[in-house]
This record gives sequence, C-alpha cells and structure tokens, in this order.
Amino acid sequence: MSTSVPTPNTSTPMAPSEATTATDAYTAAQAAQDAQAKHATRSFKIWRGDQGKGEFVEYKQDVVEGMVVLDAVHEIQATQANDLAVRWNCKAGKCGSCSAEINGMPKLMCMTRLSDLDAEKPVTIEPMRAFPHVRDLVTDVSWNFRVKKNIQKFTPRKPDAPDGTWRMQQMDSDRVQEFRKCIECFLCQDVCHVLRDHGKHEEFIGPRFLVYTAALEMHPLDTGDRVPELRKEHGIGYCNITKCCTKVCPEHITITDNAIIPLKERVVDEFFDPIGKLVKIYSRRKKT
Amino acid sequence: MALVEYQTVEHDVLVIGAGGAGLRAAIEAAANGVSVGLVCKSLLGKAHTVMAEGGMAAAMGNVDDRDNWRVHFADTMRGGQYINNWRMAELHAKEAPDRVKELEAWGALFDRTPDGRILQRNFGGHRYPRLAHVGDRTGLELIRTLQDHGIHQGLDVHMEVTVLALLKDGDRIAGAFAYDRERGRFRLFKSKAVVLGTGGVGRAFKITSNSWEYTGDGQSLAYHAGAVLQDMEFVQFHPTGMVWPPSVRGILVTEGVRGEGGVLKNRDGKRFMFENIPENYKAQTADNPEEGWKYTQGDKNSRRPPELLTRDHVARMIVSEVKAGRGSPHGGVFLDIAWIKEKIPNSEEHIKRKLPSMYHQFMQLAGIDITKEPMEIGPTTHYIMGGIRVDGDTQMSNVPGLFACGECGAGLHGANRLGGNSLSDLIVFGKRAGEYAAKFAKEHGGVTVDGSQVETIARDALAPFERESSGEGPYQVQESLQETMQDLVGIVRAQHEMEKALGCIEVLKRRAAQVGVRGNREYNPGWHTALDLKNLLTVSEAIARSALERKESRGGHFRDDYPDKDPEYAKFNLVIRKGPGGEMQLGREPIPPMPDHLKAVIEEMK
Repeated sequence: MSTSVPTPNTSTPMAPSEATTATDAYTAAQAAQDAQAKHATRSFKIWRGDQGKGEFVEYKQDVVEGMVVLDAVHEIQATQANDLAVRWNCKAGKCGSCSAEINGMPKLMCMTRLSDLDAEKPVTIEPMRAFPHVRDLVTDVSWNFRVKKNIQKFTPRKPDAPDGTWRMQQMDSDRVQEFRKCIECFLCQDVCHVLRDHGKHEEFIGPRFLVYTAALEMHPLDTGDRVPELRKEHGIGYCNITKCCTKVCPEHITITDNAIIPLKERVVDEFFDPIGKLVKIYSRRKKT
Repeated sequence: MALVEYQTVEHDVLVIGAGGAGLRAAIEAAANGVSVGLVCKSLLGKAHTVMAEGGMAAAMGNVDDRDNWRVHFADTMRGGQYINNWRMAELHAKEAPDRVKELEAWGALFDRTPDGRILQRNFGGHRYPRLAHVGDRTGLELIRTLQDHGIHQGLDVHMEVTVLALLKDGDRIAGAFAYDRERGRFRLFKSKAVVLGTGGVGRAFKITSNSWEYTGDGQSLAYHAGAVLQDMEFVQFHPTGMVWPPSVRGILVTEGVRGEGGVLKNRDGKRFMFENIPENYKAQTADNPEEGWKYTQGDKNSRRPPELLTRDHVARMIVSEVKAGRGSPHGGVFLDIAWIKEKIPNSEEHIKRKLPSMYHQFMQLAGIDITKEPMEIGPTTHYIMGGIRVDGDTQMSNVPGLFACGECGAGLHGANRLGGNSLSDLIVFGKRAGEYAAKFAKEHGGVTVDGSQVETIARDALAPFERESSGEGPYQVQESLQETMQDLVGIVRAQHEMEKALGCIEVLKRRAAQVGVRGNREYNPGWHTALDLKNLLTVSEAIARSALERKESRGGHFRDDYPDKDPEYAKFNLVIRKGPGGEMQLGREPIPPMPDHLKAVIEEMK
C-alpha cells in the first residue's frame, strides 16, 4: 500500500454535530459486525466435580466464529452454570492461568480456537492431571510455587561499571530470554510422565523448573552453581528426553534441546570423569 | 445470627494486590524489617502486569544522551495536560532509572544496545527513546523478576484471596477482611498499615484490554473506608485493541508496533494521523511520512510520526475515521507494520524479533500474518489515570496507614498517561509505598478490630447464597453495567448520556442487591462475580459523576458538548468522597502552585 501525502485539514475531526447517536460510533460499528458473524451450536463435555470426584457434563452452546475454548466456557458459565469453576486471567495467552486438557491435549483454553477442533465431536475439557484436583477445571498448582522457592536465587557478579550497571551483548542474552518467555502455565509439568504418571513430585522438579534453573545458570551475570542440586534433590536424571514438554509449550520454548540437555551436560561434566562417563553409558545400554 | 467463622492473620504491613506495584511495595516493606503479608486475587505472577508489552519509561539516556529527568518530567506533565501531581511527576522522572537498574540486579534481562547497555525504544509522547523493554513482553519480565526476588524476602503470600472490605480502628486503618477462593472461607488480616496495589477498573466497560481482576477493588475499598478518590473521569482508551473476531475484541495491540514503524491507515489507505496534529505537539511531530519513518529508526534529527502522538488523541482520531465511514471492514482502522518491507530487507524476521507476541497473537487468534498484511484495530479501555488521592512522597491516602500505589493511586498521570509510564510508576511508587508503610507500622502501635464490623461484612457477602435461584444471575448485572459504561461514559461523552448512565447505575445497584448465586462457597465464580459488583458499581458511579462535572475536554476525557479545553478546569482536581449518609460527594481540590525550578523545566522544554 502506498501512503498518501497529507492534505491540509480544515474541519475538526470531532465536531459536536457528528455525534448525535446515543451509542458511540465505535460500539455501533462493532455491533453491526457482530450481527454478521457466523453462529453455530457446539457441544462441550466439561469435567465437573470436587476433589478428584466428578463426571463429564455435556453442554450445548451457541458459539460465534473466532471463539476460543475459554469463550465457550465463559458463555456456559454466564448462562448455564454460574458456579462452573475455571481459573483464568488475561485471555490473551500471557498469564498462563487457563491451562487444561482439551480433547486430551494439554493446552491454554484462551489460545485454542474452536475452529481448530473437530466440529462433529463434542469438545472435552478436563483439568490438568498432574496436580491435585480442586473443583471442576481448577487444580491445586501450589506445589510449583514451593519447588521454585527451593531453587538457589539469582546472584549477580559485581557490576561492570562504576554506576552499578552491567554490560552484556544481546547475543548472550538471547538464549536466556527464550527461557524467560515462560508464562508458568505448567502445561509442561502436566504432560511430563515423571510427574503425571509416576508422581515423582518429591524427587523431580519437572521441565518448568529445569527451564528456570537453565535461565539462572546461563544468565550472563549469575555466579551461582546449581549443578549439585540438579543432580540430587532436583532429579534431572529422571528426564529421559521424550520432548513432550517442548511439544505442549504455548510459548514455543525449546525446553528439552535448549534447557534440559545443556543442564544434563553440565551435570555430567561436573560429576563424572570421562572413564566413569563411558562406564555409565555402557551400563545404561546393557539395561535397556 | 451465629458468629461468623474466620481465620485471623497478623502482619505489620498488608499489601493487597501482587502486580508490579504490590510486589515492589511488599519487597520494600520486607527489606525495611517488618512482617509483610501479600494478598493476591489470582496466583502469584498472573496479575495484570504480565500483559504490559511495550516497556518502562526511564530517562537513562542509553540510546539518546540528550535525555534526562527534566525532559521526562516535562513530557509527563504535557501528556497529563498539567493537572498531574507535579511532585509525583518529578519523583517518577528522577527515580525511574534507579528502579530499572535495580531490576537488572535482580535478574531482569532487558534488550541491549550495541555497547551492551539497556536498550530503550520510542513511544508515544516521549521525546527521546526512553522505554527499557524485553521484546514486547516487558510486563512479564517485570513481574517475574519481582516475584522471583520477592519469594526469597520472607513474604507471606496469600494466593487467590479476595478482600471484601478494609477494617478500621477509629480513623486509622486496621487491616482487611477477605475470603479465599479455593475453600470459600473468611480470613481476617490485622495490620498496622495497608498498601493497595490493586490496579484498574477496565471491567466496568464492555470493550477492554483488562483481565477479569480489574474491577476497581482498591479504589472502591478505599472509598468505602473514607479515602478520597481523584481524577476518576480520566479513563484511557488505548487506540489499538483487536477488533476481530468478536471474541478477542479489546485485546491489546502494543504501541510498540507504532514505535517500530507501524502506521495507521483508513479504508482508502490514507495515513489520516497527519491530518490533525494538536498545536502543542506540532513542533515535535513529523510533517511527512519519510521523516516519521526515520524517527522510528533512530534518526536523531527527525521528529516523531503522528501515530506516536498521545493515546487520547490517536484514539479519538480512529473513532472519527470510523464515524466518517472510512473505517476497516470490521469497524476499526488498519495498523500496518508489514509495509516496512519497502524499507528494510528481511522485514519478516525483523518484525518477528521485535514484536514476537504480536505476531503470535494475530496468527493464533485472528489468522493474520502481521508480517504480510495489516491488522485491524480500534480503541479499547485500557487504564484509569484517576484513583486514590495520595501524598506524592509517601503514597499515603487521607486515611492514616492506608497507602496506594500503581494504577489504583492517582496523580502521576494527570489527564492522560504516556505509554511506558505505567510500569515505571509501579516500581517507583511501589517502592515508596512499601518504604513509608513500613515506617508507619514501626512508628505506630497495634490495632484492634471491632467484631461487629466483621459480622456485617460477612453477612453481606453471604447474602447472595440465601437468594439462590430466586435472584437474578450476577453475570447479567455485570454485563448491563459494562454496556452502560461503554455506551454512555465511553470515549466521547455528553451530559445527557452521563445523566442517563447515573440513572442506570442506580437501577443496577438495586439489581446487584438482589442477585442470587447457586452452588457452594468453594471456588465459585458466580459468587465472586456477585461480590465484584459492589466495587464495579462504586467506581462506575465515581467515573460518571466526575465526567459529568468536568465541563471541558482534556486528555482522556472528551466531551462532545464541551470539545475544548477550559483553562479554569486546569486549576483543580475533581475529588470524590463518601458522605455521612453514604452518598457520593463531589468536590474540587485546587492544584498547589508548582515550584519555580519545575516551572523553569516546563518553560525550557516547550
């Protein structure tokens, strides 16, 4: 598109005479568009219940083109089930509150468009399974907050400049900035079989906190050493690189390749001499 | 009736709200050696701050060394149309650089300049590139940095707890009465000082960029506890929200798009922003597209493009295009960043790197590739400049021991906030509120809470359960209120519409008093929505009353029936307090004269 050269303007854009309607023009224009939007009735099977006990309840709901799953849940909540429990905040994929399992896949409800789901089948919506159930679609994710507290905090090196600031190249920040995109939706924790199927919450911090540890360990300014904990208390050895976490990450963080594998390499470098490493690899191969 | 059951928790300082302001206040109070409780309505780290995109304004001069606090001060005052609390604008401009640097010491990783310092970007109303940022997810970086630092400071965090009312001991604040969402049980917080950092009121409007939490809690809690509200008529409508599809309407499109060279066009492809440049900005605004483009690419001799004028002006220009029938197909206008392919090679990669979440958001929610085609955007309710009237230095309200910071406080932004001044507001005044709240707590003895106060609050809170299905559902009342405010107290206002709105609000108050909720107290969103109504109605009434009283147009407040600025109205702030009979009282507080050294700065920067 080309831009036109500005022309002299004589009239004020908001002359009083222009606004005579009771509704503001913007709202009116929106309303006119809404009337043209396509509608359909879709079926939703939503998990309802308390403390792990419950069942799917089916709802029929009128939906409008462009809607995401969370919109449908809100409509159902407003018109059919006022007490339907759902955790959400921003509805823009930025806060990571509305995590759930949609048609069996861990996803953010606010970023899953209905048009991307099979229209012939009911949409199933369940709470995350790796955490204790509270009510309906809400789970108790407090374990994650406890885990984070036990990871050594950021400890910067001395400032580089007399005014207390540091110098860093963008290139050195890029890698950590990828990890810091994390919105803490905990979908990676939910999909991780070590937590989900084996319940190793006491021995393994899960992908989210491996990413968090990687962000600290690779931070250009950080001086801490979290490798001993990684190996022991934080259980990095449990991860066998199935990459499910990377697949479900709504922020597209390359969790396994960029965070977990480099951390595993650090653990190996710090704790095992080359011969020991070979022995370890050999014995692991024999077992499998 | 039977005694209400509740758990009692004591802290020296109670911070309500855990976004940027609340977290920063809690960290500072804890650092000053008092016990701190931090209450958040959601999970920690999910507050509205995560949605801030563009950056935080601080005159560090890393990109343009002509920048300093004086320029930032003058920009903020000009943007606020000179009814700002000048003391706050001064402190903000002076202290923001240190607060930003402090975040880096706590682990924040900002984008860098070629010489390795914190990079700063252009934004509307700021004379020089001033916004420290991380791509377009600066808010996330801010909240995560504060959160990860704060959890090692010994704060007691109360997640998913909602405050129902503030408690008083005589004139003094004494704590808060709240309920936890998960179990639905009551919790009484006793504290010597309370800091409010609860954010804004966007949920009072239908089209908003704000999350469900933004129901005016802090403003309403403070008002009912006897605090004075100020400047409530000044609501900021951000010019660029998504307009299509309907379900995403209002979701924010960062001003950073325009900062990176994005332009606004109408249906005919015309850059209409060139057509009306306000007089007080003419000297510093480009008069042709080429100069504007050069500015966004860092040319120090160019002036900013008109797309980067203040938000109030850009929003009104968009509305006038739509009104004139020159809008885009879905009732907005076009925002085009894809055009920069004419200017730079690899523009697609460049856009994805500079605006990753915008790329993602449009791709995912609207099926639009912003590197190839223009976006459709329109104004969305974004921010309230008004809020709790506080002392500029200490952030204390007129209620002893009650502090407010961030969006729920008032003063810094005057009639219109500049983009990027919100995140810096949070950390500058969050710190100050925390510091002075800790001081207050140390200097004052314990408080006592009168049990009957608590009984009444609890009874009112549980009343919707008694009405159950005989009452109207809370969502319908909320929706009616949102439509009323959007249609009658929106971007363009007029006397008869606002009078009508006040009538509607009276009816809605009666409806709100009759809503019923079903189910039990555990994680019940219907109940929560019913409880939110009181706050939403209180702030809506305050906005409508103030807007009706200000018979002029200034900043975020535009009157169809008084389209010009009136110098008389530059002499005072409108204030609201609760009268003895529970009625809302409106008053005028003269703006104290600006000291000579600040006047000199304004003159110099003209």
